Amino acid sequence: MDFLSYLVSGISLGSIYALIALGYTMVYGIAKMLNFAHGDIIMVGGYVIFTMCTTWGLPTPAGIIGAIIICTVLGVVIERVAYKPLRKATSLAVLITAIGVSYFLQNAALLIFGSGTKSFTSVVTIPAIHLFDGALVISGETIVTIIVSVIIMIVLSLFINKTKPGRAMLAVSEDRGAAQLMGVNVNGTITLTFAIGSALAAIAGALLCSAYPALSSTTGAMPGIKAFVAAVFGGIGSIPGAMIGGILLGVIENLSKGYISTQLSDTIVFCVLIIVLLVKPTGLFGKKIDEKV
Amino acid sequence: MAMLEIKDLEVCYGVIRAIKGISFEVNQGEVIALIGANGAGKTTILHTITGLVPAKSGSILFEGKELTKTPAHKIVSMGMAHVPEGRRIFQQLSVLENLKLGAYTRKDKNEIAQSLKMVYERFPRLEERKNQVAGTLSGGEQQMLAMGRALMSKPRIILMDEPSMGLSPLLVTEIFDIIKVISESGTTVLLVEQNAKKALSIADRAYVLETGNITLSGKASDLMNNESVQKAYLGE
Repeated sequence: MDFLSYLVSGISLGSIYALIALGYTMVYGIAKMLNFAHGDIIMVGGYVIFTMCTTWGLPTPAGIIGAIIICTVLGVVIERVAYKPLRKATSLAVLITAIGVSYFLQNAALLIFGSGTKSFTSVVTIPAIHLFDGALVISGETIVTIIVSVIIMIVLSLFINKTKPGRAMLAVSEDRGAAQLMGVNVNGTITLTFAIGSALAAIAGALLCSAYPALSSTTGAMPGIKAFVAAVFGGIGSIPGAMIGGILLGVIENLSKGYISTQLSDTIVFCVLIIVLLVKPTGLFGKKIDEKV
Repeated sequence: MAMLEIKDLEVCYGVIRAIKGISFEVNQGEVIALIGANGAGKTTILHTITGLVPAKSGSILFEGKELTKTPAHKIVSMGMAHVPEGRRIFQQLSVLENLKLGAYTRKDKNEIAQSLKMVYERFPRLEERKNQVAGTLSGGEQQMLAMGRALMSKPRIILMDEPSMGLSPLLVTEIFDIIKVISESGTTVLLVEQNAKKALSIADRAYVLETGNITLSGKASDLMNNESVQKAYLGE
């Protein structure tokens, strides 16, 4: 029964990683950059909900919608201000800028909200369910996280594969120039990608802070890095890869916590990444990169 | 007035002047060939016309509108399609998805369906393989897909970059026959080719490009008989 319990909470944690990893992988696939500030959008989402619901006393749905709107706008603004001017710069310059943006967001949060850890009130109100005469308890947060993540992943897959802007995203990710020749507005597509990724990060923030209620300016850092690992693990640029990589990572992390050691769980997660990269450098679903000679 | 008028066009990559102030024009209904050796700047010219590479100076007028200041993604809806060098089809998408992306800027569903029918009539093999992933097509089929995708935008002028590249002689003949048909159906064609003989055989007029300059121009039939062209490009 322990195993089932670890597995379910692992899938739940992994679903959050997957939501964040989707943002990493979509931005990488389309803008060809690693947005290391992506994890901090989660933290911003957490603070928005905290401010709206706990400080101002607004209802939870308002807080969640507010977080989604503010994070979406923030993601788009970051892209416009920090990354768009560097569209033709080397990838190293963009990467360093992204790290700078990450520190900027963390320190801005520190300045506004102070260094004290805030106790986040869960956005989930449904009760835990008890299975097998109470031997397996699944928390409301776990249930909601898994359901919300599954819905988001289905909607996102439909959006990418069935709609015109989704198709444009696939086209840009494969060949920016050819996509322009088809009439696809590449800058618009990149903006849309940042908007979607940041909205997903806001939702991930709400779910993460509900499950792990300590909110501080670095709340998004570690989950952000783990989600990046998940995206690489699944094959960066691949959307199914991010989903499966995220969930696998959460499960591996929780099983290591349960059976091996809580302290070592992060080490084990990163070791798994190293092994995967040694065996299959493109990740589980990564495409082979053909170097043009 | 010419349909497409290039005037004193200059293109630089960093400090290197790839195109050194060239002028040429394409009239409605013509097939124009740009021939020249590797590195002469043929592809750069096409990329500059459709906005993938910025012009340093000069002008590109298409039906009276200045293209050098038009963003790349706005050009296809003006009636100009570009079949790029190396085909650049979307390898991971299906044949049908590629064709639909060709009609990305068009709104009328019925008209798009008509264009699709027309493309399938012209390239029956694309219809047979419409659900196949484009990356698994043969080289000739990929070239047909790239051309079909361009036709899906219902262009008035189509720019083709090395359509014969990497194809067997039999397929080259087939592709050139198709270009002729496209031209006869009223679409203006600007063709860039290393296969000068084939290009001159279907072109009305041609320009010879050498390291960023136009060195010769004239009727295709005259250039075919020109001694220096024969020597340099026709291997005779």
